[in-house]
Amino acid sequence: MSQQLIVAHAKPSGTEAKFVRRLLITLALLFVFLFLVLPLAAVFTEALRKGLGAYFASMEDPDSWAAVRLTLFITAIVVPMNLAFGVCAAWAVAKHDFKGKSFLITLIDLPFSVSPVVAGLVYVLVFGANGWFGGWLLAHDIKIIFAVPGMIIATVFVTLPFIARELIPLMQSQGTDEEQAAIVLGASGWQVFTKVTLPNIKWGLIYGVILCNARSMGEFGAVAVVSGHIRGQTNTMPLQVEILYNEYQSVAAFAIASLLALLALLTLVIKTFVEWRQHKAEQQLAQGVS
Amino acid sequence: MTQQILTSSGAGEVSHKGALPFKRLKQQRVMPGFGLTLGLTVLYLSLIVLIPLSALFLKTFTLSLDEFWAAVASPRVIASYRLTFGAAFLAASFNLFTGLLLAWVLVRYEFPGKKIVDALVDLPFALPTAVAGIALTALLAPNGWLGGTLEKWGIQIAFTPAGVVVALIFIGIPFVVRTVQPVLEDAEKELEEAATCLGASPFQTFSKVILPTITPALLTGFAMAFARAIGEYGSVIFIAGNMPMVSEITSLIIIGKLEQYDFAGATAVAVVMLVGSFILLMIINLLQAWQRRRAGMKS
Repeated sequence: MSQQLIVAHAKPSGTEAKFVRRLLITLALLFVFLFLVLPLAAVFTEALRKGLGAYFASMEDPDSWAAVRLTLFITAIVVPMNLAFGVCAAWAVAKHDFKGKSFLITLIDLPFSVSPVVAGLVYVLVFGANGWFGGWLLAHDIKIIFAVPGMIIATVFVTLPFIARELIPLMQSQGTDEEQAAIVLGASGWQVFTKVTLPNIKWGLIYGVILCNARSMGEFGAVAVVSGHIRGQTNTMPLQVEILYNEYQSVAAFAIASLLALLALLTLVIKTFVEWRQHKAEQQLAQGVS
Repeated sequence: MTQQILTSSGAGEVSHKGALPFKRLKQQRVMPGFGLTLGLTVLYLSLIVLIPLSALFLKTFTLSLDEFWAAVASPRVIASYRLTFGAAFLAASFNLFTGLLLAWVLVRYEFPGKKIVDALVDLPFALPTAVAGIALTALLAPNGWLGGTLEKWGIQIAFTPAGVVVALIFIGIPFVVRTVQPVLEDAEKELEEAATCLGASPFQTFSKVILPTITPALLTGFAMAFARAIGEYGSVIFIAGNMPMVSEITSLIIIGKLEQYDFAGATAVAVVMLVGSFILLMIINLLQAWQRRRAGMKS
């Protein structure tokens, strides 16, 4: 008995046998290798199958460039929109008490549980030729469905919760003491936000923005429904990947896919860095208080 | 936060008395910008989410009951529900075990490359689903790295329902890991040590001490992975083969009906999917409330 006690103290990370530990680590690594590393490696090897020359040549296709430009354009509109919404929603929800708050949070989370294809369909019903505003839009010669505006709205829907979800728990945990102190000292509402709140939520904000950015560049289902699949006009990078792949232009499809995969890896690197900074800031805070 | 500042300012009794006027101050709503931010939030949500979603339900009411039933219960659509919900359930169950394994290994053990593995777990969140779809297909197709070997044993995964399950496993990996990881980190080691000292075997310690603590988190992660898998489209369509009655998912049925300008039919099937997702969302919320109560009980 006393021996066990000593062992437990000497090895606080667990009491199971060494071979169990090795077995579990091996199994976990095997799973990560099969399901995460191999697919990622496949993207790059398939893209480079015919050498670097073919890889870069396939990217010079003007339609592919148009897809890259459109993806960047849509993201440049969607991310600031959802950033503004996320900050507004987090300020209202986290810094105030009101009835129906949990219902509002559920509503903000709602797009996560709607299938992307259904999200696209919903906008076809509202703005499509047979939809609610279809006749009016047609009369005024405004095209939303099968055009870029529809793709922007569908992407906004799908990525709506990311930034708000990141900020709400963060701002809730920080409370309102610092802001109230600033108000008592005579700061205006905008000053309170930029000088007190913003520095506190900086890392959470960046975290939400990169997740929102990654998803809006990579969204497929919702955009596929509302895009007209017109080459060079309404094809984003993921849609261009699909078209090239279905035409058996494997190298070209994987070349664009490799750009998206690099974006994903970059997202993971920034995410890890932000988490590390957040962790450090928390530790400093804990040390400062004690 | 309040607690921290108050205790750092003086003795415990002082902070206890000081808490009362502080609370009253809060009720008077001194924080600015409430009306503006709440108004903007509700407006944005209404325009982007609520009004469009209500269009979906209103469109369904234009159908008679018979038409609705014909759209949502034809044999081909029923087969797609079976595949979508069945494959999503299998994939989420698989993720339940591998997610627990990964969370356990990442929290409890040290090994080279741990930070990289931890970061890689989020890859399915960051990688566009279409890219995941063609990558998995390239791996598992009969001429791919893994597909070739498997074919020698008579196993085909790509272009069969098994391929759907594999794609859904991929996109569901982060959910269970990320819900269980923080709970395992917070779990009190003293309880496990006490159990060991009292003579429990490692298996008993796991099943009687650790498992009850992480069960709510495990189930939450499972439900989230399940909900995500039901709606998944991009990664599945490349690997599924999309044969009607065999490997056609419900999202694809909706797209197929849309391409034939059968808007009412597409909407009816979408409503069925949406109601399924809402029920899952409710279950997830209940599970999370359970988890919070558990955490509250502990402290």
